[in-house]
Amino acid sequence: MKIRTLAAGLLVGALTLTACGKEGTPSGSGTGDTGSNAAALPTYTVAQNVDVAGSPTFARIKGAGKLTIGVKDDQPGMGLKDPTTGKFQGFDIEIAKMVAAGLGFDESKINFTTVDSAAREAAISNGNVDYYVGTYTITDKRKQQVSFAGPYFMAGQDLLVRKDDSSITGPETLKGKKVCSITGSTPIQRVRDQQLTEPGNIVEFQKYSQCVDKLLTKEVDALTTDDAILKGYASQDPDNLKVVGKTFSQEPYGIGLNRDDAALRGKVNDLLQAAIDNGTWQKIYDATLGKSGSPSQPPAIQRY
Amino acid sequence: MDVLLDNLDLYGPFFWTTIKLFLISGVASLIFGTFLAGLRVSPVPVFRAIGATYVTLLRNTPLTLVFVFLVFAYPLLEILELSYFTAAVVALTIYTSAFICEVVRSGINTVPVGQAEAARALGLTFSQILGQIVLPQAIRSVVPPLMSTLIGMLKNTTIAAGFSVTEAGAIRQYLSERGDNQLIGLLWVALGFIILVAILSFAQRALERRWSVAR
Repeated sequence: MKIRTLAAGLLVGALTLTACGKEGTPSGSGTGDTGSNAAALPTYTVAQNVDVAGSPTFARIKGAGKLTIGVKDDQPGMGLKDPTTGKFQGFDIEIAKMVAAGLGFDESKINFTTVDSAAREAAISNGNVDYYVGTYTITDKRKQQVSFAGPYFMAGQDLLVRKDDSSITGPETLKGKKVCSITGSTPIQRVRDQQLTEPGNIVEFQKYSQCVDKLLTKEVDALTTDDAILKGYASQDPDNLKVVGKTFSQEPYGIGLNRDDAALRGKVNDLLQAAIDNGTWQKIYDATLGKSGSPSQPPAIQRY
Repeated sequence: MDVLLDNLDLYGPFFWTTIKLFLISGVASLIFGTFLAGLRVSPVPVFRAIGATYVTLLRNTPLTLVFVFLVFAYPLLEILELSYFTAAVVALTIYTSAFICEVVRSGINTVPVGQAEAARALGLTFSQILGQIVLPQAIRSVVPPLMSTLIGMLKNTTIAAGFSVTEAGAIRQYLSERGDNQLIGLLWVALGFIILVAILSFAQRALERRWSVAR
């Protein structure tokens, strides 16, 4: 029996190492789910003869004839790469497509590139990506290195726990519990700074899927990060996992742009505002994250 | 400079964890590695086979894999619960020991066979020959490669950052989330490692001078 558990464990370990360990495709969070009850994804009209005066990034995009957009590939509902088709899908991806259409580029001209959290600033300022859409929280510190259009979504830190665990009802009940998140991420830094649990109970891994693994084997008691990401995992495994549903921070997600490109930032803000006003935003939400069952309101764009 | 000063709360404790990891695993690897070398030169064939298998297995396994095993697979066996720090120490030790073993063995090979034969003629046991005659001479001749292996291990400690040990290797990810410049942050991490390696190199030179044998 032990041997068999070990073999299974080794397999899981090996898969995690090769980053193939992503928990399949979620059934309810928008992965190729074109069933009749699923809200259909909106289509975006590609704008003609777009020009963004004074934007070096736009000049570069136009010269290349294609767009490179930085995204995440491991967050169900937000930005997830379907391992079978290689296609990206989720709320962030749809926002990225909508903005691309507004800039005059249809889906076939988009090149999605996976950029990890820790490499975002470098990828944007080096011009490896034209813009970045991937659960990127707007902060004043980051504004010194990149600039943000949006916010296009308002998330908040929350907790993912085992379904049968009723002892964790919010951040104040975390004392003595093991809490997991990504190494150095804002949520785990907040848990540490506010001493929500003891330092010895903080667990940090490279991927959320590794935390989910440890949560299911009861080696940790909670996974903490933005509710948008947690809802994706809960909808993948609703029999075993649940989101506590008491957010304790505000994480406005923005589109990351080159710091020196105020012209493009204004243009992207216009596009986001238009999508909010004409209902496209709501349609995108309903067809992606909204499948988790919880409603959401579009945030107010902050121009600076 | 700002990046360092604004984040002293990261650099200080995280580098301290790196140093603790290094010191504990370093001492443990030296002891265990030397023991393995003893197995590999012992007169008992079974011991030699065990030593050779261990070295072949661990030297051919990437360290990350050793970490993955200890952190994700080992807990499923439910033998003894290890903290993540302990798991990192164990992973670094069992990995580095294989390399230390081979360095020590190469040192043993530099000691003339006559030494061991003379000791045996005096009626010393195997452990006495190894511990009192051969090893003291062997270690002296392998100080530089031994130190290189330890320096390698010092840098390998950064892998633990991915397995829930907050040491110097995790600083970059923390800086990224805080919105500080990671490139400058990494330069400070590099400087930290240069200082640590310089200390080891200094120790190496001091030991070499003290232990040098005229041949």
